Amino acid sequence: MNYWPLLGIAVVVAGFVTRRNPALVVVIAGIVSALAAKMGPADLLAVLGKSFVDNRMLLLVVLTLPVIGLLERHGLREHARKWIDGFRGLTLTRFLASYLALRQVLSMLGLLTVAGHAQTVRPLVAPMSEAAAERSVENLDATQRERVRALAAATDNIGLFFGEDVFIALGAVLLIQSFYAQNGIALEPIAIALWALPTAIAAFVIHVLRVALFQRSLRRSKQDAAHAED
Amino acid sequence: MLRIEIGYWLAGAFLLVAAGMNLRERRWSMGLFWAILAIAFLAGDAILAALAAGSRWPAQAMGVGVVALGVLAASGGTRGAVHDASAHEHRRAEAQRLGNRLFLPALAIPLATLLIVLVAPWLHWQSTPLLYEKHASLLALVFACVAAFAYALRVTGAKPMTGVAEGRRLLDALSWAVLLPMLLATLGSVFAATGVGDVIASLVAAVIPIDDRIACLLAFAFGMVLFTVIMGNAFAAFPVMMAGIGLPLLVLRHGAHPAILGALGMLTGYCGTLLTPMAANYNIVPAVLLELSDTNAVIRAQVPTALALLVFNVVLMAMLVFR
Repeated sequence: MNYWPLLGIAVVVAGFVTRRNPALVVVIAGIVSALAAKMGPADLLAVLGKSFVDNRMLLLVVLTLPVIGLLERHGLREHARKWIDGFRGLTLTRFLASYLALRQVLSMLGLLTVAGHAQTVRPLVAPMSEAAAERSVENLDATQRERVRALAAATDNIGLFFGEDVFIALGAVLLIQSFYAQNGIALEPIAIALWALPTAIAAFVIHVLRVALFQRSLRRSKQDAAHAED
Repeated sequence: MLRIEIGYWLAGAFLLVAAGMNLRERRWSMGLFWAILAIAFLAGDAILAALAAGSRWPAQAMGVGVVALGVLAASGGTRGAVHDASAHEHRRAEAQRLGNRLFLPALAIPLATLLIVLVAPWLHWQSTPLLYEKHASLLALVFACVAAFAYALRVTGAKPMTGVAEGRRLLDALSWAVLLPMLLATLGSVFAATGVGDVIASLVAAVIPIDDRIACLLAFAFGMVLFTVIMGNAFAAFPVMMAGIGLPLLVLRHGAHPAILGALGMLTGYCGTLLTPMAANYNIVPAVLLELSDTNAVIRAQVPTALALLVFNVVLMAMLVFR
C-alpha cells in the first residue's frame, strides 16, 4: 500500500496551524497528494477541474447575497435589533433556544436550506441575539459582541446537524442504509433515524445549558462593572 | 423540466457582473478571481459534457483555473473591501422608514423555499415533474432567492443594479472564504482518487486489539471524529470507518446492532464537523460573514457542545450496540 498520499493531510494540518491562506493550502494539499500517488500533471489537472465543477452546487448560496445586501443597505440589521427590544422577556437564552428548536425541527423535516448563515444568521439571528444579550448587559464590549455572534452561528450549525440525521429521505440516513445494503444488510431507514433522536435531544439540552451559562457570565460582568464603579 | 443549471447560470451571471465591477475599479486580482469562478458556472456543463465525450482539455483548463484561484486568494489583492461608515445614518433612517416591511423579503427566502419544496411533488409539466427531483430543495432555494430579490426591490424602491451592487459588496467581503467549501470538496475527491481513506482505515485497523469490543468501538468513534476533522465532512469519513472497523470488527465479529452503530457513528462524526476549519461552509464562512476578528471563533463557540455530545454518543453506543 502506498502511504505517501497522506502527505496531503500533513500539508492541510501544517497550513492551518501556521495560518496560511486556507484556499491556497487546500489547492497545494491536493497537488501534493496527487503527485505522491504518482498521478501525472495531465491527470491531476483533469481531476481538479472535474471535481471543482462537480461541486459547484455548494456555491449557489451566493444567490442570497443581492437580497441580503439590498435589505442591509436599507437598515435590516438595525431594524432586527430594534424589533427584539419590543419583546420584554426575551433573553439571549430564550431566543437562541427557540431558534435551535425551530432549526432542529425544520431539519428533521428535511428542510435544510430554509435557514443558514447567509440566509438567516447574518441578517436576522445575529443582530437579534445581540439585542437579546443586551438585556443582560447594557453595552456589550467588543469581545462579548463577537462571542454572541459566534454563538448564534454555532446554534445554527448544531440545529442543522443534529436534526438532519433524524430525517429519513435524504443525506445521512440514506448513506448509512445504502452502505449496509451494499454489504448485504437490509435496514429500514426509519429504524436508523429513530436512533438519532436521543442525540438530537441531548444536543438541544447541552447547547441551551451553555447559552444559559454564557448569559450568566454576561450578568456577572455587569455586576463586576457596577462594583468597580462603587 | 426545470433543472439546477438555471441556478448555475444565475450564479455565473452574478459572479461575472461582480468581476466586471471590480475590473472597472482596477481591483485586478479580485476581478480575475470572480471571472475564473464564473467560468466554472457558465461553462460547467460544457466541461463535463466534453469530458464524457472523451475530450479532457476543458477540464484540465479548469484545473489550471483552480490553481490560479488558490494563488489569487493568497495574493492579498482579494482581501475584502472596507465598509462605508457614512452609510450608517442612511441605514438607520431607512430602518425607521420601512420598519417591519424589511423583514418580509428576508423571510421570503426561507418561506418561499419551504413552500416550493412542499408543492413540488404536485407540480408536473407534461407528466414529468417540474422540478428535477435530485436537486429539488436547491432549486427551490434558487427560485426563492429570485422571488425575494424582486420583492426586496419593490419594498425598498431600489433599482435592480443597486441590488446587484450590494450583493457584490457582500461577495467581495466574503472573498476567498466563499470558495473554500468548493475547494475542500474538490480536495475530498482528490483524496478519494489517491486512496487516502483506505490507507487511514488500514492504519487504524492495524493498531487496535481486535478482540476487545470496547477498544474497537472507541477506535471506530475516534476514527470517525479524526477523519471528519481531516476531511471536514462526516459523509466522507463514514464509509471509510465502516469499511475499516465498523462492519468487519464491530458488526460481524462482535455482533453490534447495525442500525444503532450507523446512526450514532454518523452523529459522532458530526461532533468532529463542529471542531474543524475544514468544514469551511459551517465554521469559517460564518465567521467572515459575521465580521469576527478570529476566523476560528465559531469553532471555539462549538467546542464544549461538541465534546459533551461526543462523550454522550460514545457512552450511548457502548450501552446500546452490544445488546
